[in-house]
Amino acid sequence: MLMLSRTASSLYWLGRYIERADFIARLVEATVRLDVLSPRPAGEAAWQSALRVTETDDAFDAAGGALTQQRVAHFLTLDTSHAGSIVRCLDMARNNARAVRTALTREAWTAINRAWLIFDKRSAAGGAVATLNLVEMVQTEARGFEGAIHKMLRNQTTQFIRLGQAVERADNTARLLDVKYHLLLPEGEQVGGVVDRDQWTTILQTVSAVTAYRWLYSEGLRPANVIDLLIARQELPRSLAASVEETVDILSLLAKRTGLHGEADRMARMRHTRLAKTRTGEVIVNGLHQYLQAFLTENDLLHAAIGRQFKFT
Amino acid sequence: MGKTRAFDEIMGNPGSTTPRPELASLGQWIEDTPAAELLRRQHSAEATFRQLGITFAVYGESDASERIIPFDIVPRIFLADEWSRLSEGLVQRVEAINAFLDDIYGARRILDAGVLPPDLIFGNAQFRPEIAGMRPPHGIWAHICGIDLVRTGPDDFFVLEDNARTPSGVSYMLENREAMLRLCPELFREFRVAAVDSYPDRLLETMKSVAPNGVSNPVCVVLTPGHYNSAYYEHSFLADSMGIELVEAADLVVDDDIVWMRTIAGRVKVDVIYRRIDDDYLDPLVFRPDSMLGVPGLIAAYAAGNVALLNAPGNGIADDKAIYSYMPEIVKFYTGAEAKLPNVETWRCREPQALKYVLDNLEDVVVKLVDGSGGYGMLVGPTASKQEIEDFRAALIAEPQRYIAQPTLALSTVPTLADSGLAPRHVDFRPFVLTGSKGIQVVPGGLTRVALKEGSLVVNSSQGGGTKDSFVLMDGGNVQRQSMGGMSQSQGGGN
Repeated sequence: MLMLSRTASSLYWLGRYIERADFIARLVEATVRLDVLSPRPAGEAAWQSALRVTETDDAFDAAGGALTQQRVAHFLTLDTSHAGSIVRCLDMARNNARAVRTALTREAWTAINRAWLIFDKRSAAGGAVATLNLVEMVQTEARGFEGAIHKMLRNQTTQFIRLGQAVERADNTARLLDVKYHLLLPEGEQVGGVVDRDQWTTILQTVSAVTAYRWLYSEGLRPANVIDLLIARQELPRSLAASVEETVDILSLLAKRTGLHGEADRMARMRHTRLAKTRTGEVIVNGLHQYLQAFLTENDLLHAAIGRQFKFT
Repeated sequence: MGKTRAFDEIMGNPGSTTPRPELASLGQWIEDTPAAELLRRQHSAEATFRQLGITFAVYGESDASERIIPFDIVPRIFLADEWSRLSEGLVQRVEAINAFLDDIYGARRILDAGVLPPDLIFGNAQFRPEIAGMRPPHGIWAHICGIDLVRTGPDDFFVLEDNARTPSGVSYMLENREAMLRLCPELFREFRVAAVDSYPDRLLETMKSVAPNGVSNPVCVVLTPGHYNSAYYEHSFLADSMGIELVEAADLVVDDDIVWMRTIAGRVKVDVIYRRIDDDYLDPLVFRPDSMLGVPGLIAAYAAGNVALLNAPGNGIADDKAIYSYMPEIVKFYTGAEAKLPNVETWRCREPQALKYVLDNLEDVVVKLVDGSGGYGMLVGPTASKQEIEDFRAALIAEPQRYIAQPTLALSTVPTLADSGLAPRHVDFRPFVLTGSKGIQVVPGGLTRVALKEGSLVVNSSQGGGTKDSFVLMDGGNVQRQSMGGMSQSQGGGN
């Protein structure tokens, strides 16, 4: 049975928004830890960078107010006045899920609805512990959704959701790395210089890769390795390499099932081939910021090509 | 439990303190299960409904877009013989409704025979002149009917209202049963309850059976106004359980009198549409031109015989409250027999004598708007204030043709969990009747709505009503069923 264009579009966006909500939850969690739980509180800079990663710093400034944990955590989780909060992402995810209720299993829908209900009638993120609890609940439901997706029929439905997730994940990781790196290594400093352990750990925490790092790199925390892990290591699900490969795979599964094949496939494959040849050392020497900006632009172009290929409305 | 004042579905005649003999074991179950435990199960069911998003919207309430309908844990039970008599009456009534629609938009024999006053049809907003002369595939109009029934005594069932347009509530029948199976499995060991879970299969079978002639493998869809509609959960639930697409108007396009849906690979022809959009909004080219929910050209495709619409457009003329009062005559005219299910006595206020009676007895009667629904625009005399009665008196005198009135019935009750423990609460009942090209079938179950407020007769969900599961017992009512046997394998268990 061929899928409605509107359904495909909603599934894809559902995937993107769930992934984004999960990412912001991780980002808030890691920032709370960095700010409060580490021996040297990071203060304003940590929260400023969290806002920059989600591109909500302008909206936050416009709302006015101090860069405190309470305020930023509230802004990124519960604030409905801008599109970059978890609650708004879950709202969008749920709206898309409602529009395709028939395509989802009960378990998948329930996970989204439960995540959404976490925020129902909740008015404050609260202190550090309450905030950590809140974002932990979001992550639990996101994992529940992930589990439900893997138990659904392996057809276009799951493939469109996973496609949205993969495209979003690539975007999120690139953003995280770009902002944090920028912040951590001001102009002129060397990559091999003095390392702020807590700051770099935050990056790893946000992509759930603290333990993975230890497995893959035996030499302790080094910025160049963290960058290598997040860009080039296929083994890490949230790396650019893994997200890019997954995008190619899902598109080819969709092509097999629907017979639809085109521009998006070609773009995704080209990107994959290029990334396979990428050497992290060269990227750093030639400018990580430029590299990541180009990657984000390309990701947007791929997103648009996907919309054209499957006649999203 | 509090003393019953009306016939009680479980306890029997008013004032009885012991259950009806056939339902003794339910009485025992109620006695054995502490109210706190019943309440716990009820909360568990409602938590599930909320998680599943089985919600409805109440129009006019800003904060109510996500309410669930309260669920009551004590089931309402039909004995096998009660059900078989009801079914016969329902089949007869739905047969008459279909014959009436086919006639009134066709030859109009019933008007020639003088059974109905013509102005009742032609002066009625529910009559759609645009549809006259069109005939749906296989001549079936009301494929899915919900007939609202009330009961006042052991053998006294009455039809309160016919719903031949887009009756809703079937998802509650199915979800309530799911909840009962999970929370009160012991009841299903005690009673042999007819299954309702075949409803989606039967509905799909009905849809396929009315596909336009010559279509061998029809593409069927459910058409919804969208996910902001109050019944969206039900629309998605039905499409999902039938395994067919849930489409919105924007997904459909009519080209050369053929209906297509837009898919990721282009257009696919659609043959059968279960539409959950009202006539008014169905096709802006024929009905309301400002409709954003409709599909331009849909009625032309229907008129050309290229698509089946369930239910057919124009059905409102069969379930209008003004027509309702003529249903006994309509049933007799088309089936040749007296109606097996009687109407509630109805005064048509358009008739001067009836109007006089109603005005003289406003404190004792129920007055309804002919075209109202959902419990709005309604006067319940015995519980109304002096002011409300005077307001209705003025309205009746000004526009009598807009109203009907009925006696206040002592609706049957069912024990229901209230703040003070179990207490009798009034109920009504909506069974669902499917008509396809291969005949009429009544699903053994339905939606029992309960007025949760003590003494209240208004069961509408928008007015604080709740729902209950409705058991239909199979022959040999409460025989112990065979056990299913255990799972045969377990880890590390060996043999």
